[in-house]
Amino acid sequence: MPDKNPEDYLVLMQGIDKHFPGVHALNQCRFDLKRGEVHALVGENGAGKSTLMKVLAGVYKKDAGRIFVRGQEVEIPNPRAAIDLGISTIHQELNLIPHLTVAQNIFIGREPRQKIRFLLDDKAINEKAQQVFDMMHLKLEPGTLVANLTVAKQQMVEIAKALSLNAEVLIMDEPTAALTEAEIEELFRIIRKLREQGVGVIYISHRLEELKQISDRVTVMRDGHTIDTVNTQDATIDQIISMMVGRTIYEAAPDVPEHQEEEVVLEVRNLSRGNVIKDVSFKLKKGEILGFAGLMGAGRTEVARAIFGADPVDSGEIYVHGRKAVIRSPKDAVKYGIGYLSEDRKRFGLTLDLDVENNMVLATFRKFMGALGWVNDSKIHQTANHYVQALSIKTPSVQQKARYLSGGNQQKVVIGKWLTCDTDILIFDEPTRGIDVGAKSEIYRLLNELAHQGKSIIMISSELPEILRMSHRIVVMCEGRITGELSSAEATQEKIMKLATQRGVVMRDNGVALPQNNGVV
Amino acid sequence: MIHSLLARGSSIFRSSAMQRVLAFGGLIVLFVGFSLASPNFFNFENIKGILLATAVNGVLALGSTFVIITAGIDLSVGTVMTFSAVMTGVFITFWHLPVPLGVLAGLSAGALCGFLNGTMVSRMRLPPFVATLGMLYATKGLSLVISGLKPIYFTDTPEFATISMGSILGMIIPGFDIPNAVLILFGAAILANLILTKTVIGRYTFAIGSNEEATRLSGVNVNAWKTVIYTMCGIFAGLGGVLMGARLNSAQPALGAGYELDAIAAAVIGGTSLKGGEGTIVGTIIGAFVISTLANGLRILSVPQEWQIVVTGAILVMAVYMDNLRRRKE
Ligand SMILES: Nc1ncnc2c1ncn2[C@@H]1O[C@H](COP(=O)(O)OP(=O)(O)OP(=O)(O)O)[C@@H](O)[C@H]1O
Ligand SMILES: [Mg+2]
Repeated sequence: MPDKNPEDYLVLMQGIDKHFPGVHALNQCRFDLKRGEVHALVGENGAGKSTLMKVLAGVYKKDAGRIFVRGQEVEIPNPRAAIDLGISTIHQELNLIPHLTVAQNIFIGREPRQKIRFLLDDKAINEKAQQVFDMMHLKLEPGTLVANLTVAKQQMVEIAKALSLNAEVLIMDEPTAALTEAEIEELFRIIRKLREQGVGVIYISHRLEELKQISDRVTVMRDGHTIDTVNTQDATIDQIISMMVGRTIYEAAPDVPEHQEEEVVLEVRNLSRGNVIKDVSFKLKKGEILGFAGLMGAGRTEVARAIFGADPVDSGEIYVHGRKAVIRSPKDAVKYGIGYLSEDRKRFGLTLDLDVENNMVLATFRKFMGALGWVNDSKIHQTANHYVQALSIKTPSVQQKARYLSGGNQQKVVIGKWLTCDTDILIFDEPTRGIDVGAKSEIYRLLNELAHQGKSIIMISSELPEILRMSHRIVVMCEGRITGELSSAEATQEKIMKLATQRGVVMRDNGVALPQNNGVV
Repeated sequence: MIHSLLARGSSIFRSSAMQRVLAFGGLIVLFVGFSLASPNFFNFENIKGILLATAVNGVLALGSTFVIITAGIDLSVGTVMTFSAVMTGVFITFWHLPVPLGVLAGLSAGALCGFLNGTMVSRMRLPPFVATLGMLYATKGLSLVISGLKPIYFTDTPEFATISMGSILGMIIPGFDIPNAVLILFGAAILANLILTKTVIGRYTFAIGSNEEATRLSGVNVNAWKTVIYTMCGIFAGLGGVLMGARLNSAQPALGAGYELDAIAAAVIGGTSLKGGEGTIVGTIIGAFVISTLANGLRILSVPQEWQIVVTGAILVMAVYMDNLRRRKE
């Protein structure tokens, strides 16, 4: 490796090594960042992207290697040191403090004081936060408690917090995973503006199509190694993918099996709740994959939660196998054979301190119990190992605590957990968010297999190609209402987008006008 | 994952205020109930008695509230209180130093114990339960050793007792002789409230209890602030010790264990969450009054003291259960 001159770079990382018990997470990694560029960092789940950035952000101490910032060699022993060096980070996991307000979160660690230095100036905090929001065209009340925000809004707060630091280096670890198209556009606008101002942005994402839109260079990581850095213009997405996985993968042609059965297993009639669900009715047939398309915030998750008994409804009826079902709680729903994979898996889908195998069988523990409540450990082991392989979950063993898995791999564990379930009706809410390309097609294969076995699946997804590829039938929602239904034969991206924005140019609550069809590739 | 789902609930936190309203309502119910049940309850002398009885536990509970909001616990406040009283006795009675110096010694002893607690919890990463349990034993033993197992009396310095038992209010408004200890409790509560709601210490108290990792990643020196918070709790315990010594006109070395539980109970009844991130000073003060009013009223109704303890336990469990109920509803 030819030695680079640190003076030429805003950030230069060389020979970075990091071990965790049983894992060599970073192996002689290098990375560099210039002023005024957006440098994307990609790789499969568990490749080491977050770890490398956490070394730069002062969260982890490196075992070996050198870091230069603005030409000076530095040690970054803690997050404070990184912030003081002008490095600001949006971590993959949301890192907000639920019991504080939005503004208090943004300014934590550098609160404005009143004249009596002892006292906090919450008025100034709110005003300053408002200024940041105005700059971002974000409609958000600075005094709202973070706990009361949706995931997408929390993500916007994280971004606002990072921006308000006026950092020269901005690390964004999957910032768009939970954002609406409009919010992503807004984020890109902000990133471009920062780039003009000379800020260096490190951008991690599994949405490879975003790279072309936003990044100048791309660095690919695999298995703790830095594979290569290329100019975005010079590489195709396919080339990047093959660098990521170390082989060429051929995307299988959409293989939606013909769906014939007519038996209706779930029928929803006139479901309403406040103004988030408006008179929603639909039917789900046996062995069918029913796609729910729409922009984020269209009310799809709300419908799923209502069916699952997680939220109360104002009116409406649910029929399971033709019989009226009374579902007041998730427990009732499970009794009726309905399973729900929440979109917010981090918070609700995993027991972080439990190991991988026990997380996987947690929902189906009974299946693994013998007479007298004896636990059949070897069967658990087998099942867990099966899914670890099927979903290519990267973990030293099934006995690893879930906490120590990379973000994407944690999500795969939750998916595995629901795949072990014997429920007839499965609702998957954004099943592939944050998951790398290889594992995505594996999940598609598993969903098809489930449908083939006669299970019925509702798949909520904001990624149109995924919806188009997987669904037998597609229901489109907009602002709490079902605005249309398409068969897989007639569905196109344009038709779905049109239905998803049924009311023409819709002003979303962040005040950004939604384009009629923004290139969801 | 299933409880998923609470997350979106709109007003988890408005209901923390709800818990306070509940506690306050409970307090009023207690007052009305006892007043109807006994003519001896609602009169100036008895109310004064309740106020005085709340002073020490109230002050201890103030400190505990901070610690509990950080999702920690301090089991040592009762014995640290005694240790502080003993140190005050050592300064004033053994060494014949001026009373203010003795008071300062008591507060400093509390601060030192709190500082050690904080260091154990933050830098040494001991679980708060273990660290402060150790401190409970250590201070309990030290109090006995230093005092030679005997109470230390303040008989040579009658002015010391006036810290608790004198009445400045009584001098201003004749007849209205609320003891100074009560004034000190309210003064301390106002100060605690200011710290909790208006200063960086308070802000980080909530932040640490709500999401410690996020707080750390925001560049806040969590270890240092935890130490500050435990030290503050120790100072309140020290103040409790001074009030206690002044009230009994002696430092009783065998006293103290059990007070920490009353303090925790006061905070919890007042809506402070043991999971951290939630709590108010007003709630804690109400909680402290609920406990002492209950004890006082039951005593007036001649319920044996053993049964008073049983009832306190029941009330505590009920308060937290109701708190859980409304949370589950969210
Ligand atoms: N604190 C930890 N303890 C043990 N192992 C860890 C820890 N953090 C990360 N790892 C391991 O290090 C490897 C790299 O993880 P990292 O989080 O950097 O992956 P990533 O590239 O960000 O993946 P993703 O796309 O899923 O977010 C993984 O195998 C992970 O299991
Ligand atoms: Mg990651």
